[in-house]
Amino acid sequence: MSTAKTVELAYYALMREQRGLSSEKRTTSAITARELYLELKEEFGFNLQMEDIKVAINGEFADNDMSIHDGDTVVFIPPVTGG
Amino acid sequence: MMFKIFENPLEKMDLESPFSNTGAGGFVSFEGWVRSENEGQQVMVLEYEAYTELAEKEGERILIEARDKFDIIGARCGHRVGRLQLGDMAVWVGVSAAHRNEAFQACRYVIDEVKRRVPIWKKEYYKSGDSGWLCPVEGYVHAPPERDGESTSTA
Repeated sequence: MSTAKTVELAYYALMREQRGLSSEKRTTSAITARELYLELKEEFGFNLQMEDIKVAINGEFADNDMSIHDGDTVVFIPPVTGG
Repeated sequence: MMFKIFENPLEKMDLESPFSNTGAGGFVSFEGWVRSENEGQQVMVLEYEAYTELAEKEGERILIEARDKFDIIGARCGHRVGRLQLGDMAVWVGVSAAHRNEAFQACRYVIDEVKRRVPIWKKEYYKSGDSGWLCPVEGYVHAPPERDGESTSTA
């Protein structure tokens, strides 16, 4: 079953530049964060692999295979380089 | 405990002032500065970007872990975002404790975990004109260098 949902995406750093946007709403039938990333990667050409990034859902780290729901804010986090 | 993202310059005096505590016998701080060279490239300017909401949560968790692991009194950390010049302070960690060993260990723990876990990213602008977000992923090239004549690969 594929139920469409609308999520808010925010992009940072490398991914923000690759997408050319800081945030956007997206309607998707992806069930998990992983599926959503693969969909975005295919469409926008993100060159990081899923295993190299982390996911945050609604402001907290989440498992890549966690389900996403209508209204969620999803952020894909490139490898961090602070300090 | 407090971890904070700063858009304005880090002021050591402000960061250290909450540490006055007669129970502390020692205080250790670490400052990370913008340096002029990275991996053979001459750096002119750095830019830091943070996912502030999550960075401050994760940073706070690191400070709490430091308190739980080591016998310290206080720990704080500030990290800059925005454009920084050479020599600017990018990150500051301060730890107070009754004894120096715990203060050193906890300070080291905090900076190591911040670098490893907190969603902050660094973009370097080089003298050569190149720039790019650092990306510590094997095989990933963030900004292919321009071939401007110094290349020996094809000439």
